[in-house]
Amino acid sequence: MTAPVYRDRPFLRWLRDNSWRHLLLWCAVAFALFPILFVISAALNPLGTLSSSHLVPTGASLDNARELFATTPFGAWYVNSIVLAVCNAAVTVFLSALAAYAFSRFRFTGRRIGLLGILLIQMFPQFLAIVAIYLMFATVTDYWPPIGFDTRWGLLLVYLGGALSVNTWLMKGFFDTIPMELDESAKVDGATHAQAFFRIMLPLVTPVLAIVGLLVFINTINEFLLATVFLRDPEAKTVALGLYSLVADERNANFGLFAVGTLLIALPTMAVFWFLQRYIVEGLTSGAVKG
Amino acid sequence: MARNTVTGARSGAPAPTSHVRGEPTTSLLGLVVKIGALGLAAALAVWAAFPLIEAANWVGVGIVAAVTALIFYVYLSPRHVPLKYLLPGTLLLIAFQILPVLYTVSTSVTNFGDGHRGDKEQAIAAIEAYSVVRTPDSPQYTLTVAADGAPDTGDLVFLLTAADGTVYAGDADGLTPLDPDDLTREASGKIVDAEGYTVLTTAQINERSDEIADFAVPTGDGTGIRSSGLSMAYEGQATRTYQEDCDCIVDSVTGVTYTADNVNGSFVSDDGQRLLQGWRVNVGFDNFLRFVTDPATGASFLSILAWNIGFAAGTTLLVFVVGLGLALLMHTRTPLRGRTLYRILLVLPYAMPSFAMLLLWRDMFNTDFGLINRVLGLDVNWLGNAWTARGSILLVNTWLGFPYMFLVATGALQSIPRELEQAARIDGAGAWQAFRHVTLPLLMIAMTPILVSTFAFNFNNFNAIWLTTAGGPFSPDNPLAGATDLLITYTFRLAFGGQGAQYGFASAVSVLIFLIVALLSLISLRQSRSLEEVNR
Repeated sequence: MTAPVYRDRPFLRWLRDNSWRHLLLWCAVAFALFPILFVISAALNPLGTLSSSHLVPTGASLDNARELFATTPFGAWYVNSIVLAVCNAAVTVFLSALAAYAFSRFRFTGRRIGLLGILLIQMFPQFLAIVAIYLMFATVTDYWPPIGFDTRWGLLLVYLGGALSVNTWLMKGFFDTIPMELDESAKVDGATHAQAFFRIMLPLVTPVLAIVGLLVFINTINEFLLATVFLRDPEAKTVALGLYSLVADERNANFGLFAVGTLLIALPTMAVFWFLQRYIVEGLTSGAVKG
Repeated sequence: MARNTVTGARSGAPAPTSHVRGEPTTSLLGLVVKIGALGLAAALAVWAAFPLIEAANWVGVGIVAAVTALIFYVYLSPRHVPLKYLLPGTLLLIAFQILPVLYTVSTSVTNFGDGHRGDKEQAIAAIEAYSVVRTPDSPQYTLTVAADGAPDTGDLVFLLTAADGTVYAGDADGLTPLDPDDLTREASGKIVDAEGYTVLTTAQINERSDEIADFAVPTGDGTGIRSSGLSMAYEGQATRTYQEDCDCIVDSVTGVTYTADNVNGSFVSDDGQRLLQGWRVNVGFDNFLRFVTDPATGASFLSILAWNIGFAAGTTLLVFVVGLGLALLMHTRTPLRGRTLYRILLVLPYAMPSFAMLLLWRDMFNTDFGLINRVLGLDVNWLGNAWTARGSILLVNTWLGFPYMFLVATGALQSIPRELEQAARIDGAGAWQAFRHVTLPLLMIAMTPILVSTFAFNFNNFNAIWLTTAGGPFSPDNPLAGATDLLITYTFRLAFGGQGAQYGFASAVSVLIFLIVALLSLISLRQSRSLEEVNR
């Protein structure tokens, strides 16, 4: 956090301020990227085995990609993953924002317990709660097959059970930085609490909504444990499950396919990040807080 | 309405004035949305109620009706404004998080697990069915072994084709006839495909052959169906039968009597032999005590706990330092050149599927052909030595986790007005002082809950350990507890490896882990200012 030294010439000033930042950032980028480079090189490796893969691509062949689509229902897995992730991100952001508004703007009995509760409940080791969820959904499948096992909607419901989580805290923290005067003046002008929320608050907190949306999207794409229990039909699987089944037995032989799938599922996440980037960057609050 | 008022009491801000310019007016759009949403809720309730009514499940109907009534009350009454915002998320939270946790807690005081699954009647039916012997006139079936669910873990099901061509599905509860339209079968009577079941391949059958040999389908009074080889099954007469008067099982061939032990949930003979099939009973706190008093587990408990805390705290600290550091590097007054590209590249590790990358890192640490040794020209057995394994895992976990912290820190930094730091600088504070005393405290208010939840997540980060070292390396003098074992991986091995699933015991350990994590988290939240935020 070096302060700009104004008497210096522009170039020196830039150097003093930012070149060390770029240097450190390049180190971080190298650390972040070298395992990914290995995946890319493995995906392009014509032999498609683990032991023949190197850090730098040894060849450029699309055989692995072709084989992945020919031998597995990868397209169906992909659609499942994307639909689940988009729906879960959208609904979670909405539910979580509603709750964060209540926690930030109202004082009511149970507020403290509620806030602590949603943080603490997440700490319960999940792999056993899954036994309970399995038994619960065995019954649900009998009564309501459209939201039972092997359906996206049942799995989505379970994911939404975690909508109020640490993300709600994240949002509440951001909501707290929006001055109370803004929604109060709206109320003085005759707005209802709902209008204050949708018209005043939501536009101001877009950055945090974008961040939470991105986090939930990524977590859903990666989610593994619950999906194993839910999606048993090969066609209903998500990419995470499908890829795991590829390398569960024969990791060496299927490594090329695995690498291609890993890269393909990283693409939508990148796209979402790119799309939300401007919200995250712009930080709409800096303008509002001053007002 | 006193307790529901909007507070204006933040740091001396004026209390809300009365509505001078007019009462709140609901817009037409708001009204339409509200009616639409409530109509949808009602429609869903009706849809959910029909199958319940059909099955005469009145408790279920009652729950649906109560929840629907609650929804209508909350949204139609002008009171309980905060509840209007909290209800949807809370209902889902109760159904899919709180209830499963309560179920786990209730399981932790039972002996639920393999051999103790159902009630006593089911245990008796299983014992009788298991003891059947073939008689000359035993009916024969063509057998297809299937599973309800995943081929390797789903409950076994025998698909049985009788001599007259009828197909039954036989599970631990008995026989159910199957609709021929849902089946594909060969001329021999073998089933190729059945709706709702997974037909096992020969390899999968071999994998579970012990289980299949022990499996029996109860078919009524003293009879049952067992497999004979892998493609035939027979229905026979039970040699072991339950006698009500002595509450015992009598074996008609050997003459041994197995008396019911209602405390432990199994049948035991006079010389201490225990029948395999027992039932579920309440065992109180035995499961909790077992972890501490059992000499096999008690000794490792403390060392595992210490590494577990070190692993979670170390990961949290590393990802926080790296993530916040990077966010600060890019938090410049004038936009840093190429910062969009930096952001995209830095967040890439988080975009990669984590389980896949864990497997990949394990291979990169491989001694013989791993990338790390090849690139560095070393020959280190990274995951084979206790401390290098621990270091490697921390490195991998930092790689996986720092982008999240980077994103969150970026968001949190943006919510802090720059004027505050500028004011401190004008007052003569150095860059570090301004950060240390102005920015960081404000940042910590938003970050502490995130850090606490990162800590809690990593405390139980099963995948990070299981997919890389699987708890190892193991020292020769203690083959049960590895150097990188977390409580959760250790429990998993104890409870589900070797002698079959022990849900009761595993649940008890889950509850213990939860108490430890919750306690540590509450302490650290209390240390920070985050809880004051809550109380404000």
